[in-house]
Amino acid sequence: MKRTFLGEFEEIVLLTVAILGEEAYGVTITQELEQKTGRSVGFSTVHTTLQRLEEKGFLTSQMGGATAERGGRRKRFFTVTATGRKALVEVKQVREELWGALPPQTLQLMGG
Amino acid sequence: MRHHPPRWATTLLRWWADPNTSEEVEGDLLELYNHWVQTVGERKANWKYALNALKLLRPFAKDKRAHYPTTYLYSPTMLRNYFKIAFRNLLKYRGYSFINVTGLATGMAVAILIGLWLYDELSYNKQFENYDRIVQVMQHQTFDGQVNTQMANPYLMGEEIRNKYGNDFKHIVMSSWTNGHILAYGDKKLTKTGNYFEPGITEMLSLQMLKGSRAGLNDVNSILLSESAAKAYFGNDDPLGKVMKVDNKNDVKVTGVYKDLPYNSDFKDLTFILPWSLYLSNLPWIKEMTNPWRSNFTQTYAMLADHADIAQVSAKIKDVKLHKVRAEERAFKPVVFLQPMSKWHLYAEFKDGINIGGRIQFVWLFGIIGGFVLLLACINFMNLSTARSEKRAKEVGVRKAVGSVRGQLINQFLSESLLVTLISFGLAILLVQLVLPMFNEVADKKIKVLWQEPLFWLSGIGFTVLTGIIAGSYPAFYLSSFRPVQVLKGTFRVGRFASVPRKVLVTLQFTVSVALIIGTMVVFQQIDFAKKRPAGYAIDKLLYVPISTPDLANKYEVVRNDLLKTGAIAEVSESSSPITSVWAINNGYSWKGKDPGIQGNFAAVSTTHEFGKTIGWELKEGRDFSRDFPTDSSAMILNETAVKFMGLKKPVGEIVKIDDKVFHVIGVVKDLVMQSPYQPVFRTSFVLDYNDASVINIKINATTNTSDALPKIEAVFRKHNPAAPFEYQFIDEEYAKKFTDEVRISKLATSFTILAIFISCLGLFGLASFVAEQRTKEIGIRKVLGASVSNLWGLLSREFVILVVIACGIAGPITWYAMNNWMQKFDYRTEISWWIFVVTALLAVGIALLTVSYQAIKAAIVNPVKSLKSE
Repeated sequence: MKRTFLGEFEEIVLLTVAILGEEAYGVTITQELEQKTGRSVGFSTVHTTLQRLEEKGFLTSQMGGATAERGGRRKRFFTVTATGRKALVEVKQVREELWGALPPQTLQLMGG
Repeated sequence: MRHHPPRWATTLLRWWADPNTSEEVEGDLLELYNHWVQTVGERKANWKYALNALKLLRPFAKDKRAHYPTTYLYSPTMLRNYFKIAFRNLLKYRGYSFINVTGLATGMAVAILIGLWLYDELSYNKQFENYDRIVQVMQHQTFDGQVNTQMANPYLMGEEIRNKYGNDFKHIVMSSWTNGHILAYGDKKLTKTGNYFEPGITEMLSLQMLKGSRAGLNDVNSILLSESAAKAYFGNDDPLGKVMKVDNKNDVKVTGVYKDLPYNSDFKDLTFILPWSLYLSNLPWIKEMTNPWRSNFTQTYAMLADHADIAQVSAKIKDVKLHKVRAEERAFKPVVFLQPMSKWHLYAEFKDGINIGGRIQFVWLFGIIGGFVLLLACINFMNLSTARSEKRAKEVGVRKAVGSVRGQLINQFLSESLLVTLISFGLAILLVQLVLPMFNEVADKKIKVLWQEPLFWLSGIGFTVLTGIIAGSYPAFYLSSFRPVQVLKGTFRVGRFASVPRKVLVTLQFTVSVALIIGTMVVFQQIDFAKKRPAGYAIDKLLYVPISTPDLANKYEVVRNDLLKTGAIAEVSESSSPITSVWAINNGYSWKGKDPGIQGNFAAVSTTHEFGKTIGWELKEGRDFSRDFPTDSSAMILNETAVKFMGLKKPVGEIVKIDDKVFHVIGVVKDLVMQSPYQPVFRTSFVLDYNDASVINIKINATTNTSDALPKIEAVFRKHNPAAPFEYQFIDEEYAKKFTDEVRISKLATSFTILAIFISCLGLFGLASFVAEQRTKEIGIRKVLGASVSNLWGLLSREFVILVVIACGIAGPITWYAMNNWMQKFDYRTEISWWIFVVTALLAVGIALLTVSYQAIKAAIVNPVKSLKSE
């Protein structure tokens, strides 16, 4: 099986979707990202990333019910798939292993 | 205050964003926009919105949702289903299906028949290999300012053209006229039609020789027989070398048998060909005709050389006759020209030296009628199928709710209408096959269905499919667009103007029908008018026998006496032509007070003493020929027109000279209709000449039955003219032939008119029943509230009657104009009377009312309880 790698931004987006749970759709994800990372994130970038993640099989989506506020337009809610979760866990493990392999003095230098 | 994102960005997004995600993207952006407005202000929000929108454009993204993998519009199962449902629908509404199929099939059959007829007419003569190169040499001559055009030429025309302009022609063929001749072999004597030709004719017509060769005509005493003629004489024996006798004069040897010439050609009656040299050798007086050229009594055919252009050659030879004739004839300014074979049949009429058409008018006329009848049938079909389809709006709703795709509905409706048209086409072909023998009889044709012609099938099926698609397009494309919710809720309503096109079509239909009725009636009126024209002689119990052999010519007095002795015969006489035609028009007449500027040609008839008594002409002045006056050998009788033309106050006793011969006028007779009954009678002179007789006229006793008299007459002729079969013509039949063309047209037009009315009524019937059905509830309520049957009948019929009245209003003036034009070609014509229009209008309204009333009354007498309970 071809292994798919997660990009940095992809990882963050995927994590954010996981954090938001049932409320994850375009707007909330963008806002959450801005709040949590403090950087200005373009909606278009988030949208494109979500699409790509769905294509890779890390996310699924379904349309919600119609609401009056958005001119009747429905929202697309995203959920993390099992593959998505596995990928996140893998990334985390790699990081932890790497962190764990870090010599203690270097760790101290970094202020950890 | 509400803020709006820049509209252009939204629009861009709507058009070019990825269609798979555009809904949520638009929603998300809108939500974010409101958020930005609150956090960073409107200007920045606008900016951010636009930027994001631009970044989200995916102009090449494909709509993945469209890829439904499961709906196959054209899978065999679906196709089978379309037709199955179509069949069930046909069977469910038997009445409508019947009307639809019958109407359409009738219309198509008429169109096919007319199409075949047109094909036959247009392919006339085309079977000849040299069709493009064959011409007839004809001439215009000017008599008293009027240009006459004729096929007859002097007999040396061919030789002169050959000598002077031979390079431009491959063959030049002189010919006599295709007439009946008595051909005898042993005891078998039959009258066959044939002609004398120069030998080139065999190559020109590319005769297919079954026996012998095309060179067979080179010998003076030879004859070529057609296959059918050969069969009639020799059965299965070999005809080659057998000796036959022509007109009891010449012995000829059969030197060839050719395949019968096609029926739709000008040479269809050519059952034998005799050599031109034999023809000339039979004419002792031919020397007189040589130098200068005299009488025009032969025909000239020719075939152009490959390089020659017809117009150029025609211009070249135009004076070929002028310098060969006497000075008197030069005054007629003979202009010789070539008429191409392609124009012989359809463009045979000339007026003032200009080719003005001819039969091509009928081709147009019938083409138009055929087109109209077909149009009527199609209109019907469309009307009914669109009217029916409105009832099926619910079906569309259910189908859509269950999951039908629009394409499937379109296919469903189209296949239904295609099915009907295809069935109709099949039925139409069957009908054509059935009617064709009758049609051929009326139209005097030998038409066959062109089974092997791809064009026939292509146009037939092409048209069928086209009709089907057009008729099916309304339900297919309009009904299939309904929203199922509306339709099923019952809020769907056909617009107020939905029935307008239908009304227009019904009006158009009746306009055509009414026009056809009026046209037919005018044709009948004109024929009737001409038939009632006084002939000037008694056509009843009058017959003539052609003098076919020298025996008969020499024994006239004996024959006459024997005939009178039978007691069945009132009178017998001879004449140079039958009374129903003019065979000779002569020049060289002069009289006292003749204007030197006019040439003055007369129809000339030579008769014997009792001619007037035989045919029963009416004397206006003077007396008839009489055996009591020996001086009558130089007597002349004129008709009224002649007297008027000559300007004689007291014609009796005047002297008339024909060339140098002196005649004195002894009487004037009322005009005799000898030529076309639609034309003015031509000036005619009658003189006595026992040597210039071509026919024997016989008048049967008024008290004797024709059937009793005929055997007695036959016995006399058998005795005195054993070499020829006994042949005779009744004058009343010959007279009736003058109307053949018009009667044929009127017969055909009548049948087409009846069909057109039938088709229109079928349509009206269907529509009326549909409307009645649609208004069942309304009628029920009206009845409950006290409407009477006649009220309801009026209610339902009024609409249609108004349409028909409008149709009459439109058709009247158009037809009047067209028929008035048609009548111009007859000099002797009736006025188009106003009552025809009134009668037609009444007839049309009456028929329409009858048709509608059946349905209207049926609907009106239904028990309201039943109709209100329906559904």
